[in-house]
Amino acid sequence: MYLSKRIRPIFFLLFPFTLIIMFVIYPIVATVYYSFYDKNTGSLNFNNYMDVISSTNPLYMLVSRTLTRTPPWGALVHNLVWVLVHVPLTIFLGLILAFLLKYYVKGSTLVKTIIFLGMVVPPVVGGLIIRFMFDEVVGIFPAIFSFIGIEALSKTWTNYPQTALFALILGSLWIWLGFSVTVFSAALESIPKSHIDAARVFGASMRHIFLKVIVPQLKPAIMIVTVMTVLWDMKIFDIVYASTGGGPGGSTSVLALVMYSYFARALDYYKSATVAVILTLIITPFIILTIRWLKD
Amino acid sequence: MRRKVLKTILINLIVWILALAWTLPYIGIVAISVMPYREVIIKGWLRIPDVNSLTIKNYIEALNNPLYDLATGYKNSLIVASISTLIPLIGAALAAYAFSNLDFRLKPLLFGLILVIMMVPQQLTVVPLFFLYRNLGLYNTVQGIILLHSAWGIAWITFFLRNYFKFLPRSLIEAARVDGASDFRIFSRIVLPLSIPGLMAAALLQFTWVWNDLFYALIFLVSRENQVVTQKVVMLKGEYHIDWGLLAAGSIISMSMPVILYAVFNKYFMRGIAAWGVKR
Repeated sequence: MYLSKRIRPIFFLLFPFTLIIMFVIYPIVATVYYSFYDKNTGSLNFNNYMDVISSTNPLYMLVSRTLTRTPPWGALVHNLVWVLVHVPLTIFLGLILAFLLKYYVKGSTLVKTIIFLGMVVPPVVGGLIIRFMFDEVVGIFPAIFSFIGIEALSKTWTNYPQTALFALILGSLWIWLGFSVTVFSAALESIPKSHIDAARVFGASMRHIFLKVIVPQLKPAIMIVTVMTVLWDMKIFDIVYASTGGGPGGSTSVLALVMYSYFARALDYYKSATVAVILTLIITPFIILTIRWLKD
Repeated sequence: MRRKVLKTILINLIVWILALAWTLPYIGIVAISVMPYREVIIKGWLRIPDVNSLTIKNYIEALNNPLYDLATGYKNSLIVASISTLIPLIGAALAAYAFSNLDFRLKPLLFGLILVIMMVPQQLTVVPLFFLYRNLGLYNTVQGIILLHSAWGIAWITFFLRNYFKFLPRSLIEAARVDGASDFRIFSRIVLPLSIPGLMAAALLQFTWVWNDLFYALIFLVSRENQVVTQKVVMLKGEYHIDWGLLAAGSIISMSMPVILYAVFNKYFMRGIAAWGVKR
């Protein structure tokens, strides 16, 4: 089969790009359009954005107007808290584990296989398991705290605004740690063993080797794990949907859930599109970073 | 010297305790799914199980009770995930060949488009597709969600395979070209057979992602006979009362497919993920 130079690329690209244009590109453009569509007047304006941003219903609220000690603080704030707690823990634990697994631990492949399992299990099931681990009757965490005698933490964590969000964040660490350990372990392979040996010969301590030899060389990997984890945290949905559904009283609501609530509960499709656009705008800097990194 | 040995032992101990802690939730749901719930409440589940009281009643209930009907969900998931793996694999292999072996004017633009699509959140597409699907009769159909998953799959798999194709031995392709082989022949006889490990990794990751999806399914599959297993498992959780045995059994059923694939092919999974973090 001979095709002229002009037609050849079309032969290879026609089928994949037809699907992409119909089911990805067109809907993205249309979502942006719908996000401005005012269903009362039929014109394009910022009313959807105003309504979405100013909503004070705990199920739809993006940022709470009043400062309270416990959630609900609004979906966007919950996402940000998620990032602030989850990202450093993921990086820190992932780095240390990858380092220890490579140089000190026997049976490290098995440990990695176990930790990575969280990446394979459906996140919905992850969410249900989190609910299970923090359950008053059957869960481990309340049992431990009841044993030490801390009354406030021996209840079902996901049922109380004070603890629900934190339970989910801790659970997401359990699910996502496999990503950071795997990426860091792969990156460690590229550090020549001679560097470590040289440092050892000069009597460098373990902590010294970790901080002065390993961490600097893993900077690109740390970057990518940070960015991917931020994106994952900002888009988080399944875990919350399955474990708390955003409750109690909106105290675990997140952006993706607000988008879904406008769609499935309020049946307000245009505002749902608005939330999707807002979510995308917020993560755009991280998307650009990743694309730049993927390009070369 | 002795201090060093002690330190190594201590590190091993700590890491292994952490690894065991990481398995505890899985052990928990397996245990609770086969124990009578009354026994769990009294004695807990973290113990050597009493073999005589073990039961698979929860599994049968979750699979067959018409209220939950995970069996249908499982079947639907299998159909959706298999076809939504096959279609994008073919489409992406074609596109990846064009990006790695052909020259054309729109190449940088189209490749940039692929990268952008890979990163865009799912939420950004569903509203217009919901309208479109309602008009086309694709709403609440397995076909509709397959088309959607396939289109998303094409984007990331194209990127993934392009990197793979680029590192195939150039000399083989050049030699075939000198012999007058057409591009399609080079693609089907040289590039594809050499890329089987890459195709495998892409297929496994795509299958798992589609299987694990909840968001698209919630939006586009609404009737019982079309819903997939990830939707069905959430329904096992009652509004006020949770039957943990039933929910645990349902969780294990719905995670069984990706976990089995992972157990058999775990190198492909880990390498596929690691490829994201290591610059080649």
